[in-house]
Amino acid sequence: MAEISRKLPGGRVLEPHILLYLDGVTVSFDGFKALDSLSLVLEEGELRTIIGPNGAGKTTMMDVITGKTRPDAGTVLFRGGIDLLALDETAIARLGIGRKFQKPTVFDRLTVEENLELATQGGWGLGRLLLGRLEGEGRERVERTLETVGLAELRGEEAGRLSHGQRQWLEIGMLLVQEPRLVLLDEPVAGMSDAETAKTAELIRSLEGRHTLVVVEHDMHFVRELGAKVTVLHEGRVLAEGPVEAVQADPAVVEVYLGRS
Amino acid sequence: MVEARNGRPLLLLLAVGGAILLVPVLNRLVPEGSPFHLEDRLVPRFGKYLAYAVLAVALDLVWGRAGILSLGHGAFFALGGYAMGMYLMRQIGPRGVYAHPVLPDFMVFLNWQELPWYWYGFDRFPFALLMVVLVPGTLAFLFGWLAFRSRVSGVYLSIITQALTFALMLAFFRNDMGFGGNNGLTDFKDILGFPITSPDTRLALYLATGVLLLVALAIAVHLRRSPLGRLLVAIRDGEARARFLGHDTLRAKLFVWTLSAVLAGLAGALYVPQVGIINPSEFSPAASIEIAIWVAVGGRDTILGPVLGAFLVNGLKTWLTGAAPELWLFVLGGLFVAVTLVLPNGIVGLAAALRGRPKRPAAAEPAVGGAEVARG
Ligand SMILES: Nc1ncnc2c1ncn2[C@@H]1O[C@H](COP(=O)(O)OP(=O)(O)OP(=O)(O)O)[C@@H](O)[C@H]1O
Ligand SMILES: [Mg+2]
Repeated sequence: MAEISRKLPGGRVLEPHILLYLDGVTVSFDGFKALDSLSLVLEEGELRTIIGPNGAGKTTMMDVITGKTRPDAGTVLFRGGIDLLALDETAIARLGIGRKFQKPTVFDRLTVEENLELATQGGWGLGRLLLGRLEGEGRERVERTLETVGLAELRGEEAGRLSHGQRQWLEIGMLLVQEPRLVLLDEPVAGMSDAETAKTAELIRSLEGRHTLVVVEHDMHFVRELGAKVTVLHEGRVLAEGPVEAVQADPAVVEVYLGRS
Repeated sequence: MVEARNGRPLLLLLAVGGAILLVPVLNRLVPEGSPFHLEDRLVPRFGKYLAYAVLAVALDLVWGRAGILSLGHGAFFALGGYAMGMYLMRQIGPRGVYAHPVLPDFMVFLNWQELPWYWYGFDRFPFALLMVVLVPGTLAFLFGWLAFRSRVSGVYLSIITQALTFALMLAFFRNDMGFGGNNGLTDFKDILGFPITSPDTRLALYLATGVLLLVALAIAVHLRRSPLGRLLVAIRDGEARARFLGHDTLRAKLFVWTLSAVLAGLAGALYVPQVGIINPSEFSPAASIEIAIWVAVGGRDTILGPVLGAFLVNGLKTWLTGAAPELWLFVLGGLFVAVTLVLPNGIVGLAAALRGRPKRPAAAEPAVGGAEVARG
C-alpha cells in the first residue's frame, strides 16, 4: 500500500493496513444519543460482524460512514486518512464504500441484469448514459457478479418477481459489481429461509479477502456460520469485541443482548 | 438480436406515421363528394390534437419515466405558443386594424409609443424559433434546478408546478406586461409569407406537427432503451438508492425535465398558428391538470399511451363541448377517477393485459440482455 500514514488526534498514527477508522463518533437525535463516542477500527480485507439489540445504533453507524448522517462529534477516516465527514454521499460512494440497506432496495421494474448494469454505470456522464452502452470490462464485471451471486439464470427476470432471498443476493451483487473497498451489509439474512441463510453465509465468506466487509446481523446462527470477529454495540457504544465464542460468553453481552432472545 | 430489440418500436413509429398520413390522404386524395373525405376546416383540429399528443409525450417523459408529476406543463406549452404568437403578430405589420407599421393593435390601443425591448427580434422567424426553445427550456432548467436541488419531489413538486403556471397566468393577464392581456395574441395573417388560414398552409402545419410527434416518440423510444432511461426508472422508484449507486440524479432529472419542457414549447409553437390564438387561459392550472389526465388515460410510461390519451380525451372534449358543454368537467373528473381506480396503466395497460402480456414489456425481455452479452 502506497498510502501515507496520518497523524491522528491524540498523536497516534493511522497505519496503512487500516481501511476504516472511527473514533469518538457521537450522533444525537433531539438529545438522545444514537451513537455515543463510538470507536471502531477495520483492517483491509477483514470480515467483521456487528451485533447489538434493536436501537443499538448499528444502522446509524452505517449512516455516518456513508455520509447519510452527520455526527455531532468524532473522527471518521478511510484509506490512509481521507476524512469522510468532509464528503457527501455521492463522493463517499465513489471512494468505494458500498452499502446494502436494511430494506431491500433493488429496482423492481428493472431486470436482474439491468439492476447490475445500473450499479456499474455509477459516475457515467450524461452523454454516455444517453448514447453509450455497457461494454468491455464493465460488462465482464456484470457477468462475473451474476455468477458470484448465483443469478445468471435469472438475468432477464424483473427484480420484482424474485424471491426474497434472490432479491437480497441481487442487492449484494449490485454492491459487488462496483468493486468497492468496503461493503456494508445491514441485516442481509433478515426474513430468509434456513437454506437461503446458509447460502448467503457461503456467499459472504467467499468474498473475504477480496473485499472488506461489515455485516450487521441479529441472527446468531448466521453470525456463528460467518465465524468472523464480532463487535457488540449497545446504546451507541462498543460493549465487547472479539471472536464469536468469546463474545457470546461475555456476561455483559449476555445481559443486554443474548439474554433476551 | 439487435434488430429484434428495435423492431417493435420501429413498427410503432411507422404505424403512428401512417396514422398521421390519414389526414392528408382523406383530405386531398379522397374526392370531395365521398363520405370519407375530410373537410379542410377539420385539418387544423387534427393538427391541434397532434400538438396535444406531443405535449402528452413530453409530460410522460418526466411523469411516466422519471416519476416527476408536473402539473404545470401547460406553462411551457404556452410560453412556446407565445413566442410563436409574437412572431405571427409582427408578421401582421401594417395590416392591423390601426395600420401601425410596427406596433401590434393591442399596443396601439393601449397608447404605447414604441415596441417593448422584449419584442425585438420576433419579426425574424429563426429568432422566434430560438425563443420557442430557449424560453421554456431556460425556465424549466432554473425551476428544475431549484426544485430538484432542494430535493422537492412528489406532491410538493406537483403543487409548485401548479403555482408556477398560475403565477404566469396572472402575469400574462396584465395588459402592462405587453402580451395582449386577457385577449392574448390573435388575428394572425401569415407565417413565413404563407397565408395562415389557407388549406395548403394548414396542411403543412399539420404535417410539421406530425413530424414533431414522430421526433418526440423517437426520443421517448430511445430514452427507454438507453442507460439513462433505466436510471430514470430507478430514480422514480428509489432516488436515494440511485444516488447511492453513484449516479448524479439531479443532473439526470434536470436533463429530462428540460428536454420535456422544450418539447412542450415546440408543441405550443405549432399549436398557435393552427388554432389562430394564444391567450393566458393556456396557463390555467386546470389546463395543466388535463394534460396529466390524457397521459393517465392512455397509460403512463408507454410509448403510445400519451398519444392515444391526448386524441381520445380531446376528441371526447370536442364532441361533448358541442353536445353538452356543461357536462365536460364532470366527465373529465369521472374519467380521471375511473382510470386511477380501474385502469392504473391506462388503455395501453388494459390492451396489454387483455393480450396476456406483462404490463411493462420492455422490462420482461430477456433478449435485451442476451443481445448485449453476445456482443460484449
Ligand atoms: N433519523 C432519526 N431521528 C430520530 N431518531 C433516530 C433516527 N435514526 C435513528 N434514530 C434512533 O436512534 C437509535 C439507533 O437507531 P439504529 O437504527 O441505528 O438502531 P439499530 O441498531 O440499527 O437497530 P435495529 O436492530 O432495530 O435495526 C434508535 O433509538 C432510533 O430510534
Ligand atoms: Mg438497523
